[in-house]
This record gives sequence, C-alpha cells and structure tokens, in this order.
Amino acid sequence: MTTKTRSWSDDVFAEMKARNIETVATIPDGGLTQLLNMVVADKDMRLVTLSTEEEGIGVATGQWLGGKRSMIAMQSSGVGNCINALGIPVTMRAPCLILVTMRGQWGEFNPWQVPMGTATRTVLEAVGVRCFPVEKAEEIGETFGAAADIAFNGRLSAAVLVSQRVIGAKGFGQK
Amino acid sequence: MTSTTKPAHATANKIKRRPFVAELLKHRGNALVVPGLGSPTWDISAAGDQPEYLYSWGGMGLAVSTALGIALAQPDRRVLAITGDGEMMMGIGSLGVVADQAPKNLGILVLDNEHFGETGRQHGLTGARTDMCKVAEGFGIAKTLLVTEESQVGALAELMFKTPGPTFAIAKIAITEDPWSLPVKDGAAIAHRFRIAVGVEKL
Repeated sequence: MTTKTRSWSDDVFAEMKARNIETVATIPDGGLTQLLNMVVADKDMRLVTLSTEEEGIGVATGQWLGGKRSMIAMQSSGVGNCINALGIPVTMRAPCLILVTMRGQWGEFNPWQVPMGTATRTVLEAVGVRCFPVEKAEEIGETFGAAADIAFNGRLSAAVLVSQRVIGAKGFGQK
Repeated sequence: MTSTTKPAHATANKIKRRPFVAELLKHRGNALVVPGLGSPTWDISAAGDQPEYLYSWGGMGLAVSTALGIALAQPDRRVLAITGDGEMMMGIGSLGVVADQAPKNLGILVLDNEHFGETGRQHGLTGARTDMCKVAEGFGIAKTLLVTEESQVGALAELMFKTPGPTFAIAKIAITEDPWSLPVKDGAAIAHRFRIAVGVEKL
C-alpha cells in the first residue's frame, strides 16, 4: 500500500473550501496545475480562464460586488500585467486575493523571467497589495489562509508569493 | 488605400449619446449597470443617479471583466456593461473570456465614436478597418447588433436586457459636446452602495 503525500496544493484547496472561495480566475502556471485541476474537478467551483491576468482583477472585484468570494492565480510574470487594474479593488476597498507562483527567483533557467521575478513584490506593494512570501511547502496552506482572512475581513488586496524553490526550476532538458 | 477610406460596415456616426443612453436605460428594469471610465459613466449619471450604477473613474479595459464577475455571481440579475470603443479595445480579450463562460445574463454595449473622446478626440482604432461586431462574433458571442439609428433603441434594449446572453452591440455615436455629469468618485462609497442595491450588504 502506497501513501499519497499531501501536497501544498491540497493545503491551499482546503483553505479555499473553508472560506467559500468558489471561483478561481487564472492564466495558468506549471506550479498551479494540481490546484487548478482540483478546482475543475469540484462541481461547486468555477475556473475562469483569462486572456490576460489583469482581467482577473476585474472578475474578482465583480465577484465580490455580487456577493461571492473568488481569487486569482498566476505566474509572477503576470503580476506586471495587473498593476493599473489593481487600482480598482484598492480604490473600492474590495478584497482581492492573489496566488502567485514565482519565476526568475531560484535557479531560474530562463533569463527573460528574471526582471519581473525580481520586481514582483516591489510593484505589488507599491500599488497597495500586501505580500506574503512563502519559502517552504508546508507553510503555504496556512500562509494562504492568513492572506485570505486579511483580504476578505479587511477588504484589502493580498498576494501569496510561492517561492520558485518550492516549485522547482525547469530546464527544458538544457543546462 | 488611405486611413480615411471607410470599409463597407462604416457608417456616419450620428446618434447623440446622452439622450440615447437615457432612452435605453428606461428599459433597464432592475439590471445592474457597469460603465467604463469617462464618458459612459458621465452618460449614465446624466440619465439619473441610481445605486445599481457602478460608476468608474479608472481601471481602463476592465469594464467587461468586472461586469462578467458580477454576472457570474448574480446569475438571476441582468448585467449591462456599457463602455467606449477605446476601453473595449484595451480589454478586447475579455470578450473571449465572456464567450468561454457564456453568462446568459450579460449584455455588452460599446458606445463607439471612433475616437479617444475624453483625452482630446484623438484617432481611435474602430473608425477605419476594424469591425468590433465581427470581432465579438469571432470570439463566439453570436448575438450582435450594429446600431446606427436612434430608432433602433427598442431592439437594442431587447438585446441588452432580455435576450439570453451573452449579447454584444455597437452604437455608432456622434462626437458631441456634452455638459459634465460627474457622479460620486469615492470608490468605496460606490461599491458599498452597489452591494446594498444587489442585496449582499447592509448599511
């Protein structure tokens, strides 16, 4: 008998369910695959696939205006697309919860990822989003829960930044 | 071919936006209205302030995706996104998101004067070669309407407020000199009042 190891995606999903987060708007990232598949498989949840990450800020704000809880999931490169859009929830004092998987941060293979990966936290904080970086897989679930609570209870924007150290750097078979 | 050459779908822009929007909103019922920033916000404000109007002063390109979020959260309530051609072009990919989600309760109206009216009437992208109804249809929003006459307001109201969505329309409006009609600009106040009107928050 094999024991299935509990992943950080399981932990985040449990925290989402505990808080009635029913909609996830996303441009996918490799590190988000397991979590997004769990959302798709859950009949009570909805995945909104975007054409650019900033649309997720509109969708999430609209969800809250309509009385529902949602979140946005993206790679760090997508954060740059969201900065002006984040003025909407920040100005409306609408909760906005973002899960970011980092690139360009830890053993990155692709130099094109490094500039935005370096800037992610700085630009989010500059526009008024509280950032919760997390380096260890076993701490992602509780960090996500804490960020969700401050977002929804405080009507604030909050982002969980999952380190590339957790996800692992991909090398496309090259060194 | 010069940039002033008009393709077959191009028309004279003669609809006067203020009375046209006011007439359309008479058919609103209890629909929620999500305007783009700038002139569409001034237009609906001029038609008479309502708590169901989510006035916008920023976040260009996000009117349709915000309206989509509301429509998915409130499936029994009609939602109208009403925006300008520049704002729609900035968020044009959101039509693909709308088509994918296919909310039956969402209508999208673009007030198209083919210019960036708010900033000095600079050249826009919808006056020469681009047909946004075809763009919407290409994304998979099947029910579209090109409105060129004020007399079409009844058909437009039917499409925006009654026809199962998602629906999409372009109204070719004139460039006009309209008086300012500036609503409240505190975003938290607008959102709070809107949520009370939706019935998801109390005072």
